[in-house]
Order: sequence, then structure tokens, then C-alpha cells
Amino acid sequence: MEKKSLLKKITGSREASLVIVLILLCIAVTIKSPNFMSAQNILEILKNNAVIMIMALGMLCVLLIGGIDISITSTLAFAGMTIGMMYKYNKIESTLLGFLIATAMGAVCGLLIGVIIAYGKVMPIIATMGFMYIYRGFAYLVAQDQWAGADALGSFKDFTLSNSLSFGLINNTITVTIVCYIIFFIVLKWTKFGRSIYAVGSNAEAAEISGINVAAIKTAVYTIMGTLAGLCGALATSVYASAQPNMQTSKEMDVIAACVIGGVSMNGGRGSVIGALLGALVLSVISKALPLVGINAIAQNTIKGVIIVAVIILNVLTQRMMDKANLENREM
Amino acid sequence: MKKKVLSIILGVAMVATLLAGCGNEAKETGAAGNTDGPVYAFVSKSAGNPFNERQATGFEEAVADIGGKAIIQHPEAATADAQITVIQSLISQGVDSICVAANDENALQAALEEAAAAGIKVCSVDSTVNVASRLTHVNQAGVTEIGQCLMDAVYDLTGGEGQWAVLSATSQAANQNAWIESMKEIQAADSKYAKLELVEVAYGDDEPQKSTDQTQALLQNYPDLKVICAPTTVGIAAAAKVLQDQGSSVKLTGLGLPSEMAEYIGDDDAHSCPYMFLWNPIDLGRLGAYTSAALVSGDITGAAGETFTAGDMGEYEIVTAGDGGTEIILGAPFKFDPSNIEEWKEVY
Repeated sequence: MEKKSLLKKITGSREASLVIVLILLCIAVTIKSPNFMSAQNILEILKNNAVIMIMALGMLCVLLIGGIDISITSTLAFAGMTIGMMYKYNKIESTLLGFLIATAMGAVCGLLIGVIIAYGKVMPIIATMGFMYIYRGFAYLVAQDQWAGADALGSFKDFTLSNSLSFGLINNTITVTIVCYIIFFIVLKWTKFGRSIYAVGSNAEAAEISGINVAAIKTAVYTIMGTLAGLCGALATSVYASAQPNMQTSKEMDVIAACVIGGVSMNGGRGSVIGALLGALVLSVISKALPLVGINAIAQNTIKGVIIVAVIILNVLTQRMMDKANLENREM
Repeated sequence: MKKKVLSIILGVAMVATLLAGCGNEAKETGAAGNTDGPVYAFVSKSAGNPFNERQATGFEEAVADIGGKAIIQHPEAATADAQITVIQSLISQGVDSICVAANDENALQAALEEAAAAGIKVCSVDSTVNVASRLTHVNQAGVTEIGQCLMDAVYDLTGGEGQWAVLSATSQAANQNAWIESMKEIQAADSKYAKLELVEVAYGDDEPQKSTDQTQALLQNYPDLKVICAPTTVGIAAAAKVLQDQGSSVKLTGLGLPSEMAEYIGDDDAHSCPYMFLWNPIDLGRLGAYTSAALVSGDITGAAGETFTAGDMGEYEIVTAGDGGTEIILGAPFKFDPSNIEEWKEVY
């Protein structure tokens, strides 16, 4: 009996099954590469994937309302490149100011997209595809045939090397990621705004009738996505000590993949912060592990794809089992 | 009302884009020297790249020295299509020569043959076009010269023995693959390198994120690693950051942009890259101009064995290239070290 209930517990929650996948992945890699789970390595994984992890939160909200945003890495590049050039030409020096400017730029970029989708009634994939080109173009215009390298970025790049935000406890990049996750967890679970996002995604008409301003929620969600992309523009510039106009090109797919692996539905209404976190972690562990375990370089992308598909299939199966179990309960 | 406002906004945006587009499509900077002399055109790969900009600068400088008019054209996008448009407009302007850094080896053939038929002397620089499309090619450095240069750097930095690894761009990158292949051949051919062991060729796909993962994996998998050689500008910067942040004893060399690498170049343990290489894009542009001028004046025809003087750069000889055509080799790659990096980081 007890065995069955444990099995039910595991199959009864997508998050639990993802945790198991993650643990199995880590064990498998550790067998091949013994110090995979060292503190240093975990730090490197989190730091090198912070941008994907943070943007996955925004994408979670976008997917929850049944939308999609493929312009995010263009927003990231536009914001990152802008502050990169500002540091290069000594227009600003303060690290905080750089982050504020990039984040604010992202917010404006996102707001514009949100207004066009929510009030212009343009399909999200089309609208954000347009802005993907527009913002990427802006990044090139701002760059003026130049890159901002480590030398030009001065003390800005030290932000992601220091532990100052948590008073020496952990790296700043990770502190920022954790704070973002805590805020989103609380907002999505316990605030009216958070619940409205779910409501809009589950059934927009019903939400409208029940008094939720659907267009306002949609606009807000794309603005949030843009804000996070802008923040990540600053973060990526600091982490890699380099701003280039083609920064993070096509990484939006990794962000969407992280959400989908984490069980977020592409049709809206279903998904959780924990899911997005686990999805992003699975992706991060894969990209860190592949070069470590000695898989042929040319085969690495293929293996990455196979693992993603396998995890998603597992996810779908879990969901089906859950639905079946729910139906059985109802019959009783 | 809402719709009206929206359509007005969209209309304005469209017009603005068109204007901006027209403004940027093929930036033209012109008129160096007197306008009576020959007109030499240079077509870069695209706007938006510091390396291309410097080539154009060199080209203009040399034309000012030779006497004549330089037309510099930067296509809006790094595509063959954009270059074809630019080349066709140059043909109708009736220039005397076209020197092109090609975005595609074969796709420009029709446009360049049309130019040749109109009596325009065509050569390529930096990135070649196929043999039928050009009279000769100005090559930044021969494959073996780059291989030798990098191999010597690895030999020097390892102290002659130990493990080293390569961090490349994508596994399909033609230039990088040729250089790596050449390094392997040089290592195998000379017993001097017998104590060196190439442990892995890793691919960072020219993405900072993936290059970081790959560099960290190299460090972890090969604790005795002494040197990483990254013959790609994005890869070398990412690797430099990883090594320097970790305070690793592994040293780095390869091909990189001075402005990107200035922070990491130094002889002491606090810096990860003692020295690296790249070609001098200004000299490359200048040699392109001198070659164009020699072709226009008839001093050379582009046949192997011919020689000409490239201003104060000295004498150059046309040699047979690997693809069966001819080329002119600028020289050995340029070395960037602590003594000159401060000056070069301002240049490109």
C-alpha cells in the first residue's frame, strides 16, 4: 500500500517527476565526472545560466496567458549594448545606474509589444517576431560597428564576480536570480494579479466577464517579460564582460524550452514557478554536462535535443496519468 | 478612433524605417584625393563590424597616397545579395576597380563577371571569391603561416612540453578548421613538438555562454592542461574571462580583437593571455588598394610570379593560391602583447 502511494505521489506531480529526472541526470554525470556536484561547479552552472533562468520567469507568465515572446533576446541585446556603449564612452560609471537603465529600457520595449498585442489584437508570434528584428536592429545601430569589451566595461563587470548583495554569502548573479524567483513565486501564487494571469490564460472570456481587464493583464505581462529581458541584458554584459550586438541570438528558444520542460503549457493557463525553475535547471545541467562527460563535440547538440524531447515526453505521460487519476476520483 | 491612431503610428513607423533604410543602405564615404584620377571601389562585408571599418580606413589611406578617388561601400547586411546590389551600382557608376571582401565565395560570380566585362579590375580581400570572379586575392595570412604562428605560441607558453587544447568556433567554420588542421600537421611533422599533446578540440560555437561551459570543462577534464589556443575572437574572450576570474595557471593564446582582449593581456599571473595574434586590418585594406591600383595601371595582371610595389609597404609577389587562382599574402599574423595592446585597443 505504502509503495503505491509513493508511486502515486511521484506520478501525481509533474514537479516531483522533474526533480527525479534532475537527480538522475546529476548522478549519471557525477559517475563520469566525479566533482560535478562540487560547490564551484554548481556556482558556475547557476552563473552561466542565470540569464536563461530569469527570463524563463517572464516567459512563464507570457505562456500562462497563452502568448509567446520571441523578441526577448533582441531586447536583451538592445539594452545590454546600450549600457555597454555608455560605459565605453564614460557616460555612466555607476553599476546600479547601468542596471536601472537596462531594466527600464526593457520595460519600455516590453510595454510597446504588450500594447500592440493587447490593444492592437496582433498575434503574439507575429508581433514579437517583428520586434525581434526591430530591437536587434537597434542593438546594431547603438553599437556603431563596435563592441564593448572587458576593458571598456570598467568596474561594471566586477558586479557578477562579487558577493556584495548577499553580504558575502553567494555570488551576486545568483542572488539576483533567487530574488526574482521569490518575487514571482509570491506574486503568481498569492496575489490577485498573479491569479488573474492564470484566469486570463485558462479562459479569457470568462475572466473578462468576471471583471478582469484582460488587455491590461496582457500588457502588464509583456512589460514584465521586457523588464526581465532588460535586466538580463545588463547581467549578461557583466557576466561575460562583453556587449556585442548579436548577444544571445536565438537563446529565446532555450528560454521557451526551459518552460516547456518545466511543464508549462503552450496553450496557456497551466504552469508554475517551480516548474520553470526545474526546467531551466535541467537545461543548465545538460549544457554544463555535455562537454564534461566527453561526448563528441559534433554530437553534443543532438544529444541535447534528444534529452529535451525525452523529458518532455515523460512530462506528457505524467500529465496523462494525473488526468486519469483525477477522472477515477471523480467516478467515485 | 483606436484603429485610426494605430494606423497613423504604423504609417509613420513605416516611413521612418524606409528613410532610415535608404540612409544606411550602402553608406558612401568618398573623395579621397583628386577626382580626376582613377576611381577605386572597396566593398566590405557589412556595416557594424570594427574589423571591416578598419579595412576601409586602410583602403582610403592608401588611395590618398596613390592619388585617385576611393569609394567605400558597406552593405547593410552581411549577405551576398546586399553585396550584389552594391556591385551593380558601382558598375553603373563606371569605377575603375572593385576590391571586395566577399560574403559568399560563389554567389557574387555573375555580378563580378559583369564588372570584369565592363573593364573593371576585380580583386578580393580578406574573404575570397572564386577563381572565375577575380584577378587575384589579397589574403591576410596564409593558412600555414597562421598554423605555424599559433603552434610556436603554444610551444613557447607550454615551455615545450605538456597538454594543450583548442577552443574553436563551430565545427563547420572553414577558416578555423583549416588553421587547426595546419597546427596538427605542423605538430606531427617536427620532433621539436613531440612532447606536446593536443588533448581536445572543443567547440564554443562563438557564443560566450557555450564557450564558457567548454572552457570550464577543459579545465576540469584535464587538470594538467597548460595552454588553450582559441583561434576565434568570441571564444578567446570568453576563455580569457574564465581563466582570469578563476586565477587559473592555464595560459591562453589564439586570434582575438585587441579591444576585446585588452583586459586579459599581460605577462604576470593576474592576466590569462600573455599574447595573441590577428592581422592588421588597416594594412589589409591598404594592400587591397595598392593591388587595385597596380591592376588598373597595368603593372600586374593577376598572374602568379608578378611583383609590384605597394607604397611604403614594400614589394609583394603574386603566388598561386590553394584554390588554383592567385593570391597576395599580406604577411605573418600581427602579434599583440603587453607592449602594444594599449595602443591597439583604441584602433579596433
